[in-house]
Amino acid sequence: MTTLVATGLPAAATRRGLLRRTLASRSGAVGAVLVGVIVLAALAAALGLLPHDPLAQAPADRLSGPSGAHWFGTDQFGRDVFARSAAGAAASLLIAVVAVAIATVAGTTAGVAAAFFGGWSDRSVLGVTNVLFAFPPLLLALALASAFTRTWLTVAIAIAVVYTPIFVRVARGPVLSLREADFVRATTVLGFSPLRTLARHVLPNIAPIVIVQITLSLSWAVLTEASLSFLGLGTPPPAPSLGAMVLEARVLATVAWWTMAAPGAVIVALVVGLNLLGDGLRDALDPRNGGTR
Amino acid sequence: MIARHPLLRRLLEALLTLLGVAVLVFVMLRAIPGDQVTATLGTEAAALTPAQRAALEAYYGLDQPLPVQFLSWLGAVVTGNLGASQRTGQSVLEMTAAALPVTLELAVLSLVIGLVLGVAAAMLSASRPNSARDAAGQAVGLAGLSVPAFLLGSALLALSARFAGYNPNAERFASLTTDPGLHLQQLLMPAVVLGFGLAAPIMRTARSALLEVRSQDYVRTARGKGVGPRRLALRHVLPGALVPIVTMTGLQFGYLLGGAVVVEQIFSVPGIGRQVLLGIQQKEYAVVQSTVLVIALTFVLVNLATDLLYRVIDPRVRAS
Repeated sequence: MTTLVATGLPAAATRRGLLRRTLASRSGAVGAVLVGVIVLAALAAALGLLPHDPLAQAPADRLSGPSGAHWFGTDQFGRDVFARSAAGAAASLLIAVVAVAIATVAGTTAGVAAAFFGGWSDRSVLGVTNVLFAFPPLLLALALASAFTRTWLTVAIAIAVVYTPIFVRVARGPVLSLREADFVRATTVLGFSPLRTLARHVLPNIAPIVIVQITLSLSWAVLTEASLSFLGLGTPPPAPSLGAMVLEARVLATVAWWTMAAPGAVIVALVVGLNLLGDGLRDALDPRNGGTR
Repeated sequence: MIARHPLLRRLLEALLTLLGVAVLVFVMLRAIPGDQVTATLGTEAAALTPAQRAALEAYYGLDQPLPVQFLSWLGAVVTGNLGASQRTGQSVLEMTAAALPVTLELAVLSLVIGLVLGVAAAMLSASRPNSARDAAGQAVGLAGLSVPAFLLGSALLALSARFAGYNPNAERFASLTTDPGLHLQQLLMPAVVLGFGLAAPIMRTARSALLEVRSQDYVRTARGKGVGPRRLALRHVLPGALVPIVTMTGLQFGYLLGGAVVVEQIFSVPGIGRQVLLGIQQKEYAVVQSTVLVIALTFVLVNLATDLLYRVIDPRVRAS
């Protein structure tokens, strides 16, 4: 844990360096490109900039293969699979980003507070964390998603609850050792308020691992959202979602492989991209790989 | 602290966690729009007079304060009364007793496949770090991490139906005793799907553990004494890396139980995951409630068992 303290870096000064170092590594660059392309397509779909409407049916064009007019072919209703995949990616990304944002804020706050104040707050936070960890992740998301009237926000909250304990753990460990570090103790001697110590001296030090965790959690959240949609408990229809597209394609795939391959490829590319980006970030943030200055 | 012995403390912690799990499951089902009365009667519930509704609520115990409802539910569960399906009248305990062994069998098969795949890929990768071999092993790991079970399962089914005309899962599920051959065929594809997903985290953990052990003095000593590469990898390096591998495998059991929901649905395997999903789809809340509780209990017990396993494989933990 001493390495963590040693990297007590002024976050703002190294931010540009962090981005450059991440993109300089091969996995970081490949990940950034994959995620970037999908995010662009998703944005285009969300803003209605694509040549086809993801919901527009064209019975004359049903189940036609990939072509210049329909890059990923069409489905059983003649809907454009590219437009649907892009719109599905947008829905997945929206839910994943909101879910991870909630989990990051809630989990990091709880984890930092638990470790920094100790005693009962620590014990109760750990207790709740243990309870949430006692459920298989997908099952908990499934049970929570089924407990509420389904909107994209309730799905995001269900996923957020599942990933919050991970952020509690990620934040709590380093803060436990930071609390005992000399430069943090010094702030107490100097009479700083605990809040100021937390904000100015503790949080910047755990920022790197939280950032890496955010990237990895995004990839899991995308997978969880897709699995929930596949099971009929994710993004509510008629909005296209990647998981539901794969479900519909199960009966079509033998005659129209693109109906399954397209949404499947988008999911895999997005998750691979986020994972590679996470790896690149981790390497860039690790002081053992070439130093932080 | 009353419980000073680490084992006792661990047990106490597991019990407290289970109590928390029960509270959460109870609260989650209270949050579901509509109560038991509406769930049973559907739209007809709107036609009830206030007196009829009050009588029904009293029948289901819904007029009691929530803590009382919780305690009476907990008391029933602890004595083995998990409720019954509204549709079929079958008790959830019976349903679970039939479904849980199927899922556990699937889990064990998947674990074997995941461990063999994951550890083999890791040994391949770690045998020559940063080589083409290593890249190939790591690519397998990344694929296992990124291809979701529902996609791999659906694609496998579509491919085998298209090109081989083979789909054992289209037939009625065979039990292990009546038709073991078909039974194993029906479990093989779901186990491969789950095992593949499992192989990825095992591979990543095993690779870094193997690399770390490889650089230790006792391995260098063994190499210096002329131990051959195969014996070195299997007898000296692998046992040293076993603790993180076992930890990771134990942690992944939750993935297995969650993935079972997906895979059992795709391959029509009548396990515990399918029981939950069917319960949700048919709005059988008693079934969902009890089954989720049973799954969480299984998971907590497996985690406990993993902890105990350390003591067997790692003498350092035993001593402390």
